[in-house]
Amino acid sequence: MRMIELYPAGHKVETGSRLFTAEDIIRFAEKFDPQPFHTDADAAKSYVFGGLCASGWHTCAGWMRCFIDFWGAEVERLKAEGLVPPRLGPSPGFEELQWLKPVFAGDTITYSLTSLENRHLASRPGLILNVGLGEGINQKGEPVLRFKTKILEFVTEKTP
Amino acid sequence: MPSSKLYFEDFHIGRIFTLGPKTVSADEIVEFATEFDPQPMHLSEAAGKAGILGGLSASGWHTSSMFMRMMIDSYLLASVSEGAPGIDVMEWRKPVLAGDTLKGRSTVEAARAMRSRPHIGIVTLNHELENQRGEIVLRSRNSIMFRRRDAEDAA
Repeated sequence: MRMIELYPAGHKVETGSRLFTAEDIIRFAEKFDPQPFHTDADAAKSYVFGGLCASGWHTCAGWMRCFIDFWGAEVERLKAEGLVPPRLGPSPGFEELQWLKPVFAGDTITYSLTSLENRHLASRPGLILNVGLGEGINQKGEPVLRFKTKILEFVTEKTP
Repeated sequence: MPSSKLYFEDFHIGRIFTLGPKTVSADEIVEFATEFDPQPMHLSEAAGKAGILGGLSASGWHTSSMFMRMMIDSYLLASVSEGAPGIDVMEWRKPVLAGDTLKGRSTVEAARAMRSRPHIGIVTLNHELENQRGEIVLRSRNSIMFRRRDAEDAA
């Protein structure tokens, strides 16, 4: 089956939640984004965010991990129902990404994906481009992350 | 007193900041993917070779994170950056494979004052990373906020 059959445009799925500990925030930032507000809780107090907060890329990586775990479970569910799951390929990128609020140490972010559009690629027969809205909200219900994700899908046969 | 750091005024249109080089190891690819993107082509050479990416390849989010580190080392830590509200476009144009060496550039496209925050200016940058064969693997554009030197001079 196709992604569009599974998730029609406008359909939103919650993909999972992730806790951002101070330890995880610092470990990620020391590798990829060593700015003081991501690596040092004391120094972070004197910056605009006011406390230790995750690199925006860490928040994004958390979205990806939740999607992968969600999708693995979906594939198993569909197979158990006797359906052929959509076969997903690599992503060519994303657009319009916004880091709306800082993700502070101790925050739990709940991620989601909403289908937006779906089209066959004229330049690459056999591939479908799915565009979705990726989002993250914190435990207070405040949006922290929003972006348009692109996911390639291989055209597959309809039945097993 | 303004410091010797890079201020908004230093990001004039057309200025280029070089990024990298950075060689990407198989271990780094697997470590990132294990935590954030555990798909077979990011975890094993054999699975990568069997798929359309052609080898053990970095998660796009990993490539983006390495790109962030290159910007940090090139100019962000040396600047009075106030952070970035987001990314307009991110294109993962080619796979980044284990052993690849990435380098590139950030080019200033536009710079404008921020009306609501007079001491801040917004700089729009175009970014590109290429591999050792000169193929563009990442292309992106975003805006970053920097403090203005003239505002600090007046203070």
